[in-house]
Amino acid sequence: MAGAVTYYAGRAPERGLAVYTQKVGMWVFLASEVMFFTSLIGSYIILRFGASETWPLPGEVLNIPITAINTFILICSSVTMVKAFAAAEVGDKRGTRLFTLATALIGSTFLGVQILEYRELLHEGFGPSSGLYGSTFYTMTGFHGFHVFSGVCCLFWASWKAFRGGYDNRAYKGLEVLGLYWHFVDLVWIILFTVVYLI
Amino acid sequence: MATIVAEPTGRPVVREPHELSFIRKYIFSSDHKVIGIQFLFLSLFFLLAGGLLAMMIRWQLAWPGQPMPLGSLFPETMAPDGIMLPEFYNSLVTMHGTFMIFFAVMLLLVGVFANYLIPLQIGAPDMAFPRINMASFWVAVPAGLIALASFLVEGGAAGAGWTSYAPLSAMPEASGVSLGQQMWIVSLVLLGLSSILGSTNYITTVINMRAPGMTWMRLPLTVWALFITAILALLSMPVLTGAMIMLLFDQTIGTHFFLPAEGGQPLLWQHLFWFFGHPEVYILILPAMGFTSEILANGSRKPVFGYHAMVGALVSIAVLGFMVWGHHMFQSGMNPLLATSFMVSTMVIAVPSAIKTFNWMGTMWRGNLHFHTPMLFAIGFVMLFVIGGLSGIFMASAPFDIFIHDTYFIVAHIHYVLFGGALFGIFAAIYYWFPKMFGRMMNEKLGKVHFALTFLFFNLVFFPMHTQGLAGMMRRLYQTTGYEHLEGLQWTHVLITISAFGLFLSGMLFAVNFAWSLFRGPKAPANPWNATTLEWQTPSPPMHGNWEEVPVVYHGPHEYSHPDVADKDWLAQNERPDVVSPARP
Repeated sequence: MAGAVTYYAGRAPERGLAVYTQKVGMWVFLASEVMFFTSLIGSYIILRFGASETWPLPGEVLNIPITAINTFILICSSVTMVKAFAAAEVGDKRGTRLFTLATALIGSTFLGVQILEYRELLHEGFGPSSGLYGSTFYTMTGFHGFHVFSGVCCLFWASWKAFRGGYDNRAYKGLEVLGLYWHFVDLVWIILFTVVYLI
Repeated sequence: MATIVAEPTGRPVVREPHELSFIRKYIFSSDHKVIGIQFLFLSLFFLLAGGLLAMMIRWQLAWPGQPMPLGSLFPETMAPDGIMLPEFYNSLVTMHGTFMIFFAVMLLLVGVFANYLIPLQIGAPDMAFPRINMASFWVAVPAGLIALASFLVEGGAAGAGWTSYAPLSAMPEASGVSLGQQMWIVSLVLLGLSSILGSTNYITTVINMRAPGMTWMRLPLTVWALFITAILALLSMPVLTGAMIMLLFDQTIGTHFFLPAEGGQPLLWQHLFWFFGHPEVYILILPAMGFTSEILANGSRKPVFGYHAMVGALVSIAVLGFMVWGHHMFQSGMNPLLATSFMVSTMVIAVPSAIKTFNWMGTMWRGNLHFHTPMLFAIGFVMLFVIGGLSGIFMASAPFDIFIHDTYFIVAHIHYVLFGGALFGIFAAIYYWFPKMFGRMMNEKLGKVHFALTFLFFNLVFFPMHTQGLAGMMRRLYQTTGYEHLEGLQWTHVLITISAFGLFLSGMLFAVNFAWSLFRGPKAPANPWNATTLEWQTPSPPMHGNWEEVPVVYHGPHEYSHPDVADKDWLAQNERPDVVSPARP
């Protein structure tokens, strides 16, 4: 509610999870995201086991080295995300600006590489209708990409806010909550990279 | 020491007066009470729409091939000469289920009452994220509009049943419905998003926004039920969304998830759908159990019997609800060993359900019963839920389920739990909380007539369906004639249909009562039912921000007929213990 309203009249509400509400909300939301990706990854596993003899081996269709580098890039963005939050927490506005923008740019790089990968694959005639392999590959990586894209949009918005001095050692919650989401998206990619590209 | 003074329990709320524009106040409002009421109108509209579809289905079953009354209003593609086509019948069955389950009952239970009651009952000024809450309503509206509009597109609305089993639903060339099926998917993906946004809010609010003194074991059972329901929705809805997206891709961009010709697995759809679908069943009943517990305590003037057991039963139903989805698939060719494990886990749910039922009886036992309309509906809920629950145990048993699979026995069961259970709970809740929502009382006499007729016609409609199912009447059957084993049943279809019209008309009594009371009902006091929970300790309807002074909670949620209170039979949760007059000094 609006800042001027002190509803609990100076009293703390009943003790909840001992973390602030936005953070609880993000954790709860991420639980539903876990279930969403579980449905996609679980379907992938079932479909693949059902057709294991026709399933291409790792590296037959997909370019593993490029995606491995891309994975490394995405992990780097998690590091800069932590740095941005750490800088905001101690009130280092220059660091906050720098690292938030860096995270946004690295996230965009990941997306760019993914788009190039898609273009290459489509050019080779491997599309979403190319059997179960194509169906699952594009659905899973596509939805992950959509999540990265949403995160990048928020990160550019956060960078804009950081450049206007919006984050300091009293106001860093937004950055922390965004960071939670970003690390989650990163973690999902590590799982996807493993099950789709490596195994 | 005979009087109880309503002493302020908290310091006054500091409020900055600000006027909101009409649009921010009533349309794009972030106030949880307005959002709850918006959901109420939306979902009652869909309850009516779903009911009308049911009437058309019933007409076809009783008098197959006869022109419907007003049937000439339908275009050639639906009902030429007023006689409905089989394709249109399939759409009716599908959309009746979709409207009732997703847009009427689910929105009534969760959209309306979770929004309206959670902040009021835990003593919070609003939800944790009011704007996300507003978004959850404004995502549900286009979802409903898309579902309605699908009747008008070429090929008609989705016709593969509310479960939309693949490959039928994934192959437009087989079902004859292409765009309608896709609109159905988009609509439910949007509704799922609305539900996830809402659930995030409800869970966070209950965890972190409780008033001082509102410990977990002082939460009213309604809040407990809605909280557990939100967790179920949060974890099951995304699975449906994932499955829906795969189904949409199968239809639009040529993927092969559920199409066996290309190596896809139709059974995968069933697993994903029921992994969502079974928790969904509990999403549709747990809140009604919460309302019932609270209203039975109020009408019996006794605390809820076994409060802790009630909470434990809610939690264990929710946990078990994720482990039983296979009991919808006994007929799918699954390994009998697996079927046995699903059978056992399903039957275990009978234990917490029975705990709840006996606790409701324990609550009423030797109570000072007040048969107001909400109480009547709550008692009706318990009775009909028991019948629906018992037929559920029949179906949990794989050998018996294989016999009655896809017959009217299933239809009877689902209506006993969803209409006799959920909808009776909803009616109880609407009669009970209407005064708080709109500041006016509903008409008691009309309410009692509504209850009596609904209870009578409900049983006349759905009880014979058990027998029909055992006699082999198939679910979703368009034409009842031409089957030797169904010939003797035709008169029961006529009986059911006539009773169904009666049921619909008694629902109209509710609509009249609702609309009339909205404008002409007598003004409601703050606490018309002498109830104990926090929402009754603030004016009806509550102001923006809910409280004049911050409630501080000292007591459990349902302290009726407290032995230490002398002159009244209820003790509000926020009454200060040093002010309450002791009966035994």
